[in-house]
Amino acid sequence: MTEAATAAPRRAAHTVSHRISWLSLNLALLALIGVLACVSLTIGYVTYPVTDVVAALFGLGDDKVITIVRELRLPRLLLALAIGGGLGVSGAVLQGLLRNPLAEPGILGISSSASFGAVITIYFGLSATFVYALPMAAMAGAATATTVLYFLSARNASTLTIILAGVAIGGLAISLTSLAMNLSPNPWAINEMIFWMLGSVKDRSMHDVALAAPFVLAGVILLLLTSRALDALTLGEDAARSLGVDLKRVRALAIIGTSLAIGGTVAVSGGIGFVGLVVPHLLRPLVGHVASLLLLPSLLAGAALVLAADIAARLIRVGVEIHLGVLTSLIGAPFFFYLILRTRQRVE
Amino acid sequence: MSLLEARNISVDIGRTRILTGVSASFRSGYLTGLVGPNGAGKSTLVRALCNLLKPAAGEVRLSGAPITSFHRKELARKLSYLPQGHTMHWPLEVERLVALGRLPHLGPFSDIGPQDQAAIDRAMARTEVSAFRFRVAETLSGGERARVMMARALAVETDILLVDEPVAALDPYHQLHVMELLRSLADEGKLVVCVLHDLALAARFCNAAVLMSEGRVLAQGAPQDVLTDTHLRAAYSIRSLQGQHEAEPFILPWRRLDADASKPEPRPC
Repeated sequence: MTEAATAAPRRAAHTVSHRISWLSLNLALLALIGVLACVSLTIGYVTYPVTDVVAALFGLGDDKVITIVRELRLPRLLLALAIGGGLGVSGAVLQGLLRNPLAEPGILGISSSASFGAVITIYFGLSATFVYALPMAAMAGAATATTVLYFLSARNASTLTIILAGVAIGGLAISLTSLAMNLSPNPWAINEMIFWMLGSVKDRSMHDVALAAPFVLAGVILLLLTSRALDALTLGEDAARSLGVDLKRVRALAIIGTSLAIGGTVAVSGGIGFVGLVVPHLLRPLVGHVASLLLLPSLLAGAALVLAADIAARLIRVGVEIHLGVLTSLIGAPFFFYLILRTRQRVE
Repeated sequence: MSLLEARNISVDIGRTRILTGVSASFRSGYLTGLVGPNGAGKSTLVRALCNLLKPAAGEVRLSGAPITSFHRKELARKLSYLPQGHTMHWPLEVERLVALGRLPHLGPFSDIGPQDQAAIDRAMARTEVSAFRFRVAETLSGGERARVMMARALAVETDILLVDEPVAALDPYHQLHVMELLRSLADEGKLVVCVLHDLALAARFCNAAVLMSEGRVLAQGAPQDVLTDTHLRAAYSIRSLQGQHEAEPFILPWRRLDADASKPEPRPC
């Protein structure tokens, strides 16, 4: 009887502490983004005091500072947030949908397929004539890769098969991209293509933000709508369906959402890898491995990570600035290797 | 009162016909044991009964209406399904895993409410998993995991429960535990269908049985009429030992029929 009497409040306390810790995790990530945003706006070739930067954001103070902050650093900040958020939440949703801790837009070849779509429009000169040609082609590339992967997973392909298929898709996209560069008669076009492969948010304008943000935002909203279904998928597809989950709808949301978010980011920044892999993986234990609770923290932490990487790219001075995509891959690839070793038992 | 019926259904998976003209009915208040050799189509029938696959011919009816006429969420609140294998892809805490059973009852943005929590508590108490509600399900023993998954299926609180091989890989104590639980649910008026390999458990705990073989129903009705030596010879190619203990029937698979052909008949003792 005493056990029954004490069990209820203890459980209630446990549930409440879960909710509080989830809330404080999100608040902590928001605070981190706030701090990083201040740093991102203040540092650069010239470092200004935070007060001047904040004033400049509101159009006060020195005209030169206002121009630098508003037209150079603010777009860069916003793009880093949009890209990181999009990558983080896509990674979390893909991992939940495929029930695979190694799933990620970069590893599954979705990012390189989006890059290939972008490169094609440069190759044929479409990007110069129609401003939305490039982002739309990038999204089509991402959608193609995601659809192929989805059909593989629907045929009960193993975790390993899906990863390998992703590697193959990525390899094909990269070789087709190389082919386009190889055949390109125009050295400027080649230069522009290389840019997609490196990935950067340097020298972007508010115009780029306006181009990418609506797609990323729409994609993120679609991805967030999958949360309940991802929880049910913890039990496998049959059990999830018996719990009332419409698998076709979830897959459509995940595919279209990923394509919009990844296509939108790749269109302005090129390929930035491994963010979608690292972020959900680090956060998963903090949310008790509950798929739906992982999405919002992944969004925030992805934004913080890309912002931090962009700051690091500016601080590391080795003659020229390191591209953001190069930096995330340098950190992410060893992490991927470590993950493979850790999840080897589960990848069967 | 619920009535779940398969009416002359045939099911193809790929190009292979798995079920051929299967008709079977399942009623409230009965624990129906679905038995038959490997590949007889038991799991396929259960999946068809849950509307998880579409029959090539025939139809499944729930309380007289085609099962396809129910909205998926509505059906999820009427019928709970526990697949075999006890899949869990992420290492969730037991209570959170059981709470997944409440998903059909939640609105799009609502969280677990007091009613849901009460259902979760009832399901965990019933399956005796409350003691390790905060443990990670992956760290539990096979028997504990099976009970946790059963709790998840019970937490939906449906009138109909279909479970696929719930006692596979369990030790005898936990086999008896799960079967007693399923029977008590049926005695409370639920419709319970259970895929079983263990003929002894089917004979003792079920009050209805369906025997399948090669995608067809060989016999259905009361267990003592279905699980006869003649039927088991036809379905499994075995001879069985049938008897009674403490006024309850038991069945043991005794010898393969083709083994009989090569060996002389043992002396009766």
